[in-house]
Amino acid sequence: MEITRRGFLTLSGALGSGVALSSLGVDLGPAKAYAAEINKMQRVMAARQVTTVCCYCSVGCGLICSVDRNTGKIFNIEGDPEHPINEGSLCAKGAGFFDLTEANKYRLRKVLYRAPMSDRWEEKSWDWALERIARLVKDTRDKGFVTRNAKGELVNRCETIGHLGSSNVDNEECWLMSVACRSMGLVYIDHQARV
Amino acid sequence: MTNHYIDLKNSDVILIMGSNAAEHHPIAFKWILRAKELNGARLIHVDPRYTRTSARCDYHVPLRSGTDIAFLGGMIHYILGNDKWFKDYVLNYTNASFIVSPDFYFKDGLFSGYDSKARKYSKDTWVFDKDAKGIPMRDMTLTHPRCVFQLMKKHYSRYTLEKVSSITGVSKEDLTKVYAEYSATGVPDKAGTECYALGWTHHTTGSQIIRTMSIIQLLLGNMGIAGGGVNALRGEPNVQGSTDHCILYGNLPGYLKMPAASQDTLAKYLEKCTPKSSDPQSANYYQNYPKFFVSFLKSLFHDKATKENGFGYSWLPKLDDGSATSLMHLFDEMYKGKIKGLFAVGTDPAVSSPNTTKVRKALENLDWLVGENIFDNETYCFWKGPGVDPAKVKTEVFLLPASASMEKEGSQSNSGRWVQWKYKAAEAPDDAIPVGEITIKILDAVRALYAKEGGACPEPILNLKWDYKNARGRFDVLKVAKQINGHFLKDTVIEDKAKGTKTEFKKGQLVPTFGMLADDGSTAGGNWIMAGSFDAAGNNKMMKRGKDDPTGLGLYPNWSYAWPVNRRIIYNRASCDINGKPYNPKRKLLEWTGDAWVGDVPDGPWPPQADKQKGKYPFIMKQDGLGALFGPGMVEGPFPEHYEPLEGPLSKNPLSGQLINPAIKIFKSDLDKVANADEKFPYVCTTYSCTEHWCSGALTRWQAWLLEAMPELYVEIGEPLAKEKGIENGQRVRVSSVRGAVECVAMVTKRFRPFLVEGKTVHQVGLPFNYGWLHPKDGGDSTNFLTPTVGDANTFCPEYKAFMVNVTKL
Repeated sequence: MEITRRGFLTLSGALGSGVALSSLGVDLGPAKAYAAEINKMQRVMAARQVTTVCCYCSVGCGLICSVDRNTGKIFNIEGDPEHPINEGSLCAKGAGFFDLTEANKYRLRKVLYRAPMSDRWEEKSWDWALERIARLVKDTRDKGFVTRNAKGELVNRCETIGHLGSSNVDNEECWLMSVACRSMGLVYIDHQARV
Repeated sequence: MTNHYIDLKNSDVILIMGSNAAEHHPIAFKWILRAKELNGARLIHVDPRYTRTSARCDYHVPLRSGTDIAFLGGMIHYILGNDKWFKDYVLNYTNASFIVSPDFYFKDGLFSGYDSKARKYSKDTWVFDKDAKGIPMRDMTLTHPRCVFQLMKKHYSRYTLEKVSSITGVSKEDLTKVYAEYSATGVPDKAGTECYALGWTHHTTGSQIIRTMSIIQLLLGNMGIAGGGVNALRGEPNVQGSTDHCILYGNLPGYLKMPAASQDTLAKYLEKCTPKSSDPQSANYYQNYPKFFVSFLKSLFHDKATKENGFGYSWLPKLDDGSATSLMHLFDEMYKGKIKGLFAVGTDPAVSSPNTTKVRKALENLDWLVGENIFDNETYCFWKGPGVDPAKVKTEVFLLPASASMEKEGSQSNSGRWVQWKYKAAEAPDDAIPVGEITIKILDAVRALYAKEGGACPEPILNLKWDYKNARGRFDVLKVAKQINGHFLKDTVIEDKAKGTKTEFKKGQLVPTFGMLADDGSTAGGNWIMAGSFDAAGNNKMMKRGKDDPTGLGLYPNWSYAWPVNRRIIYNRASCDINGKPYNPKRKLLEWTGDAWVGDVPDGPWPPQADKQKGKYPFIMKQDGLGALFGPGMVEGPFPEHYEPLEGPLSKNPLSGQLINPAIKIFKSDLDKVANADEKFPYVCTTYSCTEHWCSGALTRWQAWLLEAMPELYVEIGEPLAKEKGIENGQRVRVSSVRGAVECVAMVTKRFRPFLVEGKTVHQVGLPFNYGWLHPKDGGDSTNFLTPTVGDANTFCPEYKAFMVNVTKL
């Protein structure tokens, strides 16, 4: 969802007057901060505005990501003033949403693998990992598959593989996982809804 | 939530119990404060600890962890004893008048039908007497000694002020104050609501705590109304959606039941799962169960699901009757060495699961572990954790980089059931891709192997419809969303006899409402409750951003999509009397105009129940159509009863001879130790979060701003206990239970005060559960080293909120 430029200017106008008032002091600090804000505001005004929903508690607050049109990178995230629930406000975690983007140096960027008995991660390609994971899944499933239970009832289940997570991915991803697990016959299926 | 976040502003009295809303749901709390600003609402906080929620409420009432049912049972006793119940509502909209079987009884903490060896009840006697037509018999005078009302009154007559005060540690004055203030909402023009969170679910009696509150809300006429309801403030961004799609052992998407082994045919399964009612006024909406289930099977197996093969029913895994495979069962089996492989997606059980020692030992037994996340965590790194020698751990571990929330498109459901669309703002860094795409790629690779090599039961894997990629081979989220919504598999004409209309739908067109799903294989629908998230023309209602508010109640019907069928407050027909007139004209949620309902989307189109021919009762998802004061669905009894936590300070339950919940599963490994009423562990302990961290901290501990605000683990200790132990604020201490220990900073505080329980002083302490060894390096490890592997008898939610510890200076 793209926010209209006009709507956004109304919002940033309100913000701008607050910033202007705070810059009346003689201390150069606020003036510098003001300059930085103006600079950022100009960038925000020129940016592509994309709405999203917070990824912490389940109140479902709306946020707006400002994306630099040249680099395609997010450089600012703030509360969505049009959102009827949060009306632009955010809690401490939501206000720090930007630190979940790739700007965070701890983000995982590569497929990592830890071999048996090893004391370290090593980088791998997606293809290599998928092939190896599929092999392990199939061998484990085939070996432990239970067609009939002790009573002789048809159960078609895999009791040797578990699946945990997740309530912090999107609905469509949840449905895919739920369905994929059932197709493989998994029964140890659970996630954060229980904890 | 029965209601939704903005609706909190419509309340007159808000009881916050089992939640610290101000710190954990700050934006929700804004709507709680709005109720105070707009209506002069009274805000009551009942919680073991004084928090920032307490500070903003009218008053705070501390209670001992794990005694909520005693507290609320006392409120039922008060409501009935002081004639505070809403008579019109209770008579017409609940099962208060139903006559219970003469074989049902309650004696010394146990209901009829208990098998102590199996720790399970037979529910054979938890039934109603029925007339010749099979309709439950009723006594509308509510005087029959076996009617639900009288049985309930008798049951809770034991919950006297003296008894409840002695169990909970709450003074009689405080109890009376809360009871009087809350039960004043039992009138047509007042609304009372309850907000809970993990503070209620994290108990061995968790679901019955919530049921006790549901009984109170029914007695006061607070269900189905604006500003009312029982509202779970849930803790994860899409925990509503992930629950709806049932990444859970016991249910399939849309809360359909996981098939049991004895249900060996589709017909047997459907017979068992489809409730029947002989009462023409009960909508018994779940009579449509076969339509939802068959459509689900069609969404899985498409053309491969035929009438002849039971739509592929036999390919679904089946659980042995009565068995469970929850998180705690998983780690119990893993500890025994029976689980060989694990997927851990966006989760950190090495911190978040109870009994950390057992969980981390269990992980060492895995052959392989696949992690998917945006940051590393203690689960994926268990092989190099404290005290673990990597050279002895055989597990192959894969850690797959995932896109963060704002780097992918899709929908998220909040607690108020609003399904909101979110958009992709930027590409994920380097090799990271959405979890949905990882799921597709892994199963693609598995399917390729089965296609090539064959193997055990390949049919469900190979017959699965699994074409959710776009032309570029990437995850196509809209394709999945539409599959979840459901579509017609052939040209169909839907006739609405009541309206006298016929509507034509083409093959492939989306199903605009779940009422149009069919049980003959002519529709596919991945999750029936989401049918209607698109319209038949393919417009995505989850994207809606309309701000109109026609009722003035903040329903925002054109903002996103709320399941079911965009209903914003469920059971809303109960907001009107039996003629369809709003009980509270000032907050008109719904009104019957003589030929239609106006307002929120009603719980069904039928006239109100005064119309004996066409009218229906309001609780349409219940078999009998009425709110269940007597609830035989629960495993430990139809009336909630107070039991002590698995681990508590008392050796005897003051209310009965039954100390703990008689239906909980007791895990018995060598690491499942319990120390009840043990002088070595004399203090009640509870756990919680903080505003700056989220859950296990697996996302927030990697963020400098948040970590700086809340850098490390601490234990809150009341001043009297600290004085007794010679502990000063800021000193390092060791908190230990019989299962494990953590070291942390002591925070000596006024927020915890000792309780007087059964004539003795009982101290309580508490710790946040947001820390783990991996990061930050000196932040402390998992609080769950302390907690027991035990859960609620119905849901297996672990008992994180009440157990026993000791605290010593380091």
